Amino acid sequence: MLMNLFAEIDVSKLFGLALRTSISVQAATFALAAVGLNLHYGYTGLLNFGVVAFMAAGAYGMAIFFTQGWLGGSILLAIASGVVFAVVIALSIGLPSLRLRADYLALTTIAIAEVLRISFRSQRLLDFTGGPFGLPSIEDRNANVSFADVITVDWNPIKEGNYGAWFLEFDEKTLWVMIIGWSLVSLASLLIWGLMRSPWGRVIKAIREDEDAARALGKNVFSYKLQSLIIGGVIASFAGIVRAFDMGFVETQQFRPQTTFFIWTVLILGGAASIWGPIIGSMTFWFVIIFSEELLRQMVDSGWIPDAILQSNDIASVRMILMGIMLATLMIWRPQGLVGKKEEAQIDIR
Amino acid sequence: MVSGLKVGLLVALASIGLSLIFGVTGLVNFAHSEMVAFGAVIALLLESTVGLNGALFPLAVVLAVLAGGGLGFGLERGIFGPLRRRKMTNISLMVVSIGLAFLMRYLILIYHGAEPETFESFRIQSGVSLGPIELPAKDYFIIGIAFTTLLMVGLLLQRTKLGTSMRAVSDNPALAESSGIDVNRTIMWVWILGSALASLGGTMIGLTQVVEWQMGEKILLLIFAAVTLGGLGTAFGAMVGGLAIGFASETSTFWLDNDLKFLIALAVMIVILLVRPRGILGVRERLG
Amino acid sequence: MTSDNQASEPVTIESTPGSPKQDPILKIDNVVRSFGGLRAVDIDHLEVQRGIITAFIGPNGAGKTTLFNLITGFDKPDSGKWTFHQLSNAESWTTDLSGLRPHQIANKGMVRTFQLTKSLAKMTVIDNMLLGAAEQKGESLRNALLPSRWQKQEKEILEKAEDLLERFKLSHMRDEYAATLSGGQRKLLEMARALMSEPKLILLDEPMAGVNPVLVESLLVHIENLRDEGVSVLFIEHDMDAIMGISDWIVVLAEGQVIAEGTPSDVSKNPAVIDAYLGSAIAEELKDV
Repeated sequence: MLMNLFAEIDVSKLFGLALRTSISVQAATFALAAVGLNLHYGYTGLLNFGVVAFMAAGAYGMAIFFTQGWLGGSILLAIASGVVFAVVIALSIGLPSLRLRADYLALTTIAIAEVLRISFRSQRLLDFTGGPFGLPSIEDRNANVSFADVITVDWNPIKEGNYGAWFLEFDEKTLWVMIIGWSLVSLASLLIWGLMRSPWGRVIKAIREDEDAARALGKNVFSYKLQSLIIGGVIASFAGIVRAFDMGFVETQQFRPQTTFFIWTVLILGGAASIWGPIIGSMTFWFVIIFSEELLRQMVDSGWIPDAILQSNDIASVRMILMGIMLATLMIWRPQGLVGKKEEAQIDIR
Repeated sequence: MVSGLKVGLLVALASIGLSLIFGVTGLVNFAHSEMVAFGAVIALLLESTVGLNGALFPLAVVLAVLAGGGLGFGLERGIFGPLRRRKMTNISLMVVSIGLAFLMRYLILIYHGAEPETFESFRIQSGVSLGPIELPAKDYFIIGIAFTTLLMVGLLLQRTKLGTSMRAVSDNPALAESSGIDVNRTIMWVWILGSALASLGGTMIGLTQVVEWQMGEKILLLIFAAVTLGGLGTAFGAMVGGLAIGFASETSTFWLDNDLKFLIALAVMIVILLVRPRGILGVRERLG
Repeated sequence: MTSDNQASEPVTIESTPGSPKQDPILKIDNVVRSFGGLRAVDIDHLEVQRGIITAFIGPNGAGKTTLFNLITGFDKPDSGKWTFHQLSNAESWTTDLSGLRPHQIANKGMVRTFQLTKSLAKMTVIDNMLLGAAEQKGESLRNALLPSRWQKQEKEILEKAEDLLERFKLSHMRDEYAATLSGGQRKLLEMARALMSEPKLILLDEPMAGVNPVLVESLLVHIENLRDEGVSVLFIEHDMDAIMGISDWIVVLAEGQVIAEGTPSDVSKNPAVIDAYLGSAIAEELKDV
């Protein structure tokens, strides 16, 4: 029987797809958002359950600016406006709520993220956000220029064609966006590395350990928390922006609370409070998810798993179940994740 | 207006457990709303598959409530109790509960399916008039059950030994322990009671609307809003908060777009957390 | 064990509550804090002399820690005012501290420790120390990414930190996580860390509580050394031997008010103090002194 199973499984496809996804733009965007969350949660101890708010701010800020054709529809200005929007969100979350207890901050951030998402969906903002339909092609309405085209065609230095081999073969557009995505991940990680080895980073970690101790030593805790929220938020907003490059559209479904918890899983899997954690976490996360999904799909298709237990259209849910299991079990048995330091992993934020 | 009252009662029913559990353990349980969905799905399963429909339907509700209590027992005995004794912090446990919520939600999706369903037993009903109000008969049933249950929970908390223990543990676990209350046993009963109530709330919500796998996700923030409004950790606060939130979000459609009705609840929650995090009925934390 | 340092010996000061001091570093006026109906702190006037060791004593619930929390900005009084005098008899070096936030007060040169030690458990001992230093260029976001702007200062701070660790006999733990220290070592670390900022006045909340007797001896020596180096010390303590041994001046609080102050020998004979402690074990100890 077991031999039979192995005969049915396309091992090359299994690993190929999983590897492909683990280096995809999607993995890069999750890593990027996790780098931002890492500064919030891993280093500063802020329980930000509204990561998607920053991603949505970046994506929508950029897309609205561009589709409205403001200031001549400049792409760089559009991206900048996405970032500015994220800063505004950080300030409006941070100014009133950073003095709250950790679990209250968690509830506040998740609620603010939902408020933002529901507002974007609203019929009243139809002209700007496209309401529930989103902005299916991010196109300058005056000049009829598609955002994705400018990024992936006009600005693409790579010659047309396919690169790589096997399941790791990408066309020039995908490759270009992958390069942008992973470059941003590297840049952001470098930034965090530089910050965390400085005296600034020392204060940030001290705030995670004990706010009052930091205060008693003359550190303006509130100001540092706000700085952390803004920097991490801007990094996460780039995750939203790159996701929009990749998909070519924005819509509110991309920014449901579950995306926040995907990013939490990525961070905890890789290891909070470590520089490599978000990167290793995202790559591993997508490898595991796609590997298991594909394995299940092949097993269901070949009749190895009877329909009564699992049908092929249920397989997408398995992704969420796996995420849930990973989040819960890692928290219990390996809070330091794959590459984090054990000594720094126990969370005791009050 | 009556539908506002009805939704309010149901949100209150679903919220008490979350508040009680927070009160005695300090855990913000993100999986609580999945217990609401769980109750509804179990009742539906009993009705359609086992055949507890028509006059037997109340039995399906009772069994669903028992199953909910059993789930609460299982979660405390199997997961949260042991982890608490391992000295895991409430923040870590909160993250565990988030993982658990996704696990439960998507297991429900796989076994219940993506299609919303309604209970057969009360599908079509003509209105029954009572004074100036005309309602389907099931609404009297729902309002009656919800109201009676809330009243009984209130009595339980105020008048029984178990209720007193629950309030004592909620107030000060160390003091409760030293005055001879079995804290772990009390916490266990809180989980059972809270989950059973969530299940009941779920079946009732299923009766008024539909039973679907996303029920939990949809009601989660409503419950959080209710509980923070009333004051985290106080059962009566959850009742008042639930009524207020349910009422506000139902009646807001008079002056706000339908797709924005959740915003009211969320806005209330954010404002309360910022301005008066202990809620309207919560007491100020004592300073050392 | 009292110091023979003539300048700081407040022999001419009257032993009455709220008496003026020759050279006060801290003045507290009409500070009130109530919880519910209870007045936890209610100080009409209190001055703390510069350059000496002042102890706050009083029965449990006397409001000692609450007063510490108030004057360091960790709690807000219902009313009241307190001023800090960085330099002797210099009006321009007087700061009104009321209404300031904790970090602002600390940066004026008045640094506190806590009753329950707040060592930063998941940071190394040396990082704990480095954090204590004030006015670090690299702590501002502008300079953080440019090590050239802060490395020189970091080196100086590091040297200072290592000196202090040496003095407090913690050098061997330099690179360990603070979580691995014993309770007494944490108290030492917290005190050493507070000294990194070179405070004018250090407030120690029960520095000896939970510390083993061997370490208590060395803690006492450290506190006396501080005084001899010109740091004013204000501390809360329950250990009567320690208080009588090293304090130059004692302030007795009961039910939120200053009921007596004076030199250790005056205070131990004061009937009001004996009254406040009557029936408690401390009263017995007081009589023995």
